[in-house]
Amino acid sequence: MIAYLIRRLLYLIPVLIGVNLLTFALYFIVNSPEDIARAQLGGKHIDQSVVQDWEDQHGYNKPLFYNNKETGIAALTDTLFVKKSLILFTFNFGVSDSGRNISHDVSQRMWPSIYIAIPTLIIGLLVNITFAMLLAFFRQTYVDLSGVLFCIIMMSISGLFYIISGQYFIGKVLQLVPISGFEGGFSAFKFVILPVVVGVIGGIGAGTRWYRTIFLEEMGKDYIRTARAKGLAESRVLFKHVLKNAMIPIVTGVVVIIPSLFLGSLIMESFFGIPGLGSYTIDAIRQQDFAIVRAMVFLGTILYCIGLIMTDIAYTIVDPRVRLQ
Amino acid sequence: MTFHPVILWTDALIYLLIIASIFCVRWAKRQEQLRSAWRQILQSRLAIISLVILVTYAAIGFLDSIHFRATDQNQITSVESVFDYLVSPLGKNDEKTYSAPFATHLYNKDIIILPNGLHLRDFPHLKFVDEEQMNPVDNRTLDIIRHCTLSTLGGIVIWFIICALSIMLAAQRQQQKFLTKLNKIVKEKEGIVWRTVLITVGVIIVLGFNLFDLSHAYHILGTDKVGQDVFYETLKSIRTGLIIGTLTTLITVPFAITFGMLSGYFRGWVDDVIQYVYTTVNSIPDVLLIAAAVLALQIFISNHPEFFSNLVQRADARLLALCIILGLTSWTNLCRLLRGETLKLREQDYVQAAIALGTSRKQILIKHIMPNLMHLVVIALVMDFSGLVLAEAVLTYVGVGVDPTTLSWGNMINAARFELAREPVVWWPLLAAFLFMFPLVICANLFADAVRDALDPRIRKL
Repeated sequence: MIAYLIRRLLYLIPVLIGVNLLTFALYFIVNSPEDIARAQLGGKHIDQSVVQDWEDQHGYNKPLFYNNKETGIAALTDTLFVKKSLILFTFNFGVSDSGRNISHDVSQRMWPSIYIAIPTLIIGLLVNITFAMLLAFFRQTYVDLSGVLFCIIMMSISGLFYIISGQYFIGKVLQLVPISGFEGGFSAFKFVILPVVVGVIGGIGAGTRWYRTIFLEEMGKDYIRTARAKGLAESRVLFKHVLKNAMIPIVTGVVVIIPSLFLGSLIMESFFGIPGLGSYTIDAIRQQDFAIVRAMVFLGTILYCIGLIMTDIAYTIVDPRVRLQ
Repeated sequence: MTFHPVILWTDALIYLLIIASIFCVRWAKRQEQLRSAWRQILQSRLAIISLVILVTYAAIGFLDSIHFRATDQNQITSVESVFDYLVSPLGKNDEKTYSAPFATHLYNKDIIILPNGLHLRDFPHLKFVDEEQMNPVDNRTLDIIRHCTLSTLGGIVIWFIICALSIMLAAQRQQQKFLTKLNKIVKEKEGIVWRTVLITVGVIIVLGFNLFDLSHAYHILGTDKVGQDVFYETLKSIRTGLIIGTLTTLITVPFAITFGMLSGYFRGWVDDVIQYVYTTVNSIPDVLLIAAAVLALQIFISNHPEFFSNLVQRADARLLALCIILGLTSWTNLCRLLRGETLKLREQDYVQAAIALGTSRKQILIKHIMPNLMHLVVIALVMDFSGLVLAEAVLTYVGVGVDPTTLSWGNMINAARFELAREPVVWWPLLAAFLFMFPLVICANLFADAVRDALDPRIRKL
């Protein structure tokens, strides 16, 4: 298994290089650094010298791949590709286009994201699994049919509607919790509860439906028939056999997203004014701060790949039949 | 007045898509397994109703995709679509600012200059609404009822005519008597298709007549911040939503089929390269990748204004760019699916037989493998559609969606955020976006489910 994991980790490197090349192509070849400087300074009619100054300040005044002015190894290293793109591999995200230290910002802002993401994930899972079990218990009856229809209806409503109406009714009309904002420590609770509730409600449709399919698939298998044949009560079959075995796809499906939770949710955080990584990214997108966008793409990719590797490990833990080679 | 047709990029691609789907349908008609799947879809009442509603949306979107420029005595007007022309003067009467649905007055007080020269601060009358309805409120209710009754009656009459004509045609083709055919349809003796279709069409016609009539007398969904009719806006948003849902597939499908088949069939280094590419693209979180790509393209578009002669073309280019990017980021899942299926198919006896008989690789891929992948492609397409329509709203909110000047549900929801926070609350643009987006998405979801149930061999066995 160790050998397998090492192989997987090594495979990460070409993937990350690919991601790096892709973002590099998008931001330095499709658009020259000069375009970025102009977008950042705002407008076409900026004086060339101002643009030049900005490029100097942010270290964009280098050639793409090969620097004629330097000699030896520096000709290859003192370039945009190395200084702006490959350097991400050392987790040195550098300075954002507006002059802030990205690594510091990231380490600061990932905690509020976690405050929202983890409760949403756990409560959402519990709610979805409960509903899905209920529907599976009443399968092929009107309860099940209307439940599925309800799920499809919930799925068909854009998440933005949930957020806006949640903010409006709970925050503005009933004034139960603040509409947006954030504080650390225990007072975070009143700011976190609304985003979590909205997040859970928004996920019910798709989640319940997906878990119901998993349960039903499991219920069609032979060992369930055996369990019923030996006279087990339906509730016992459901909780002892179906739930346990259905946990294999459920757990492995959840594990893959756990590392990405650090990134937070773009939409949620920006609507609720949570100072997490999601709103950080969205602000960067709106201010066209490409240094941050590139760093977040890189970080997101790493976290996702770690999630994939964790999934493999989780498989061996929850399903003893699986061996990694 | 003379009309000059204007073909925007997205229009051209929509026409291409329609032509392509006509060819696909003609091909599918000859395949027995697809015909039986189609018959299975038509056994579900929900699927039929969804299909009729989707077709209605598509018709509006299509009419809105035929653009022209009207020239009137050397006075060039802006680019319009056939749809604008049909519903005019709906898009043209601009009020000053917000007004509530069916209102006769503006939502905000403003200074009115009376005929005798005095200034008064009050709610000004809307320009659009008839003078007669302005005085007492009772008048308005009566007027609305009058409009509704008349248009409902008109709708029913038209519906009867349509029913009679279509039944007559069907009866003539099958050489039956009109009454026998009518009886069969009413009692659903030949399956549930026709009665369901006719009833759904009837409801849509009556509803459409009502809305059309009322929208010419009132702003039935109010007006927005700049005084634009919200009902018109949400109707125009249909095209944007449909384009994002459908044009994206023009990119996804060729990529996924080509790469999926090649990597599954040839294996070896081809497989390694293609797998590497899609793992890389797939490992970047979706929104981030789309945002990164759209931002890059936005800068490109704004730095090269010389490519676009006017604002409409520029907004159109952005819409197209969004579709291309969504397509380039979403082909990976389908590709992986097709690769797996090709790996399985190439070991099948009939493919092995074809190889033994010396059929060329190209022939095997196109004749023997591709047709057997089509069901997966169709399932993926219909399943993705609703997600894409929803994604438009989210991406537009993030700031990497359609152009702010393009009328879209995303832009409407985006604006609603601030409208709900102001006092007094402006709720109707959000409601309008919801009222028109929700049926489209839910019908797409229901229809997609029916298609999947009919085409997926794993489910069919159960």
